[in-house]
Amino acid sequence: MNLYRVRDILDADVLSGEDLLDIEVFSACGSDLMSDVLAYVKDQVLLLTGLMNPQVIRTAEMMDIHAIVFVRGKKPNEEIIRLADEKEMVLMTTKHPLYIACGLLYNAGLRGKEA
Amino acid sequence: MHNNSNVFSLHFDVNGEDFSLAGEASSSVKKVLKQLGVSPEVTRRVAIAMYEGEINMVIHANGGDADVIITPAEIRIVLQDSGPGIPDIELAMQEGYSTAPDNIREMGFGAGMGLPNMKKYTDELYITSEVGKGTRVEMVVKVQ
Repeated sequence: MNLYRVRDILDADVLSGEDLLDIEVFSACGSDLMSDVLAYVKDQVLLLTGLMNPQVIRTAEMMDIHAIVFVRGKKPNEEIIRLADEKEMVLMTTKHPLYIACGLLYNAGLRGKEA
Repeated sequence: MHNNSNVFSLHFDVNGEDFSLAGEASSSVKKVLKQLGVSPEVTRRVAIAMYEGEINMVIHANGGDADVIITPAEIRIVLQDSGPGIPDIELAMQEGYSTAPDNIREMGFGAGMGLPNMKKYTDELYITSEVGKGTRVEMVVKVQ
């Protein structure tokens, strides 16, 4: 699934990386615990999180995650957006809570893998 | 960065004052490995293991020194701090055990996964620690 579709399904606003929405993701991970994200490496994963600090971007960087969706309408500050721009990452924000956002993507065919 | 007959060595002072900066050294190492043409899989394992170690140094020891030695056969990461030390390394290695404060947990860390993750992503992990003196962590990721 490409990120245009993710944006449309989640009715999300794109905050950075608008020119990178043709990136494909094959799996998704919904978590507020960055150590758990670091424990389960997958290729071309979309990260959905309610956590809002620069370490979310750094965690994604280490994991080769290129796209992050912030849930519950949270908007990252300028510092976080700048860091994501630097790392060529797509940031989006959706009004949906984590559970619903994951459910919508799952229903649309973006299935995570069992750990 | 020093380059001596296919051996690259990198040194970083890890700043312990600002948690939001933690990970800068690991990010730099990731870039260098990519430039050197190291495989994405090895690069990712090194980046994750070092990032967890770097986070630990910032959370528990007010920063420290990070040295990375890159050879064609392996990447060796040495993290040295002058923090409080680890009284029981075996206990610290258990998933879920953590002494991190609440402000760190609120930032998505401190769940007791750091050391187990470092073990998971490296081929060798050596920890020596003395209470009141500091901790030395050495990790090796083999290129083959």
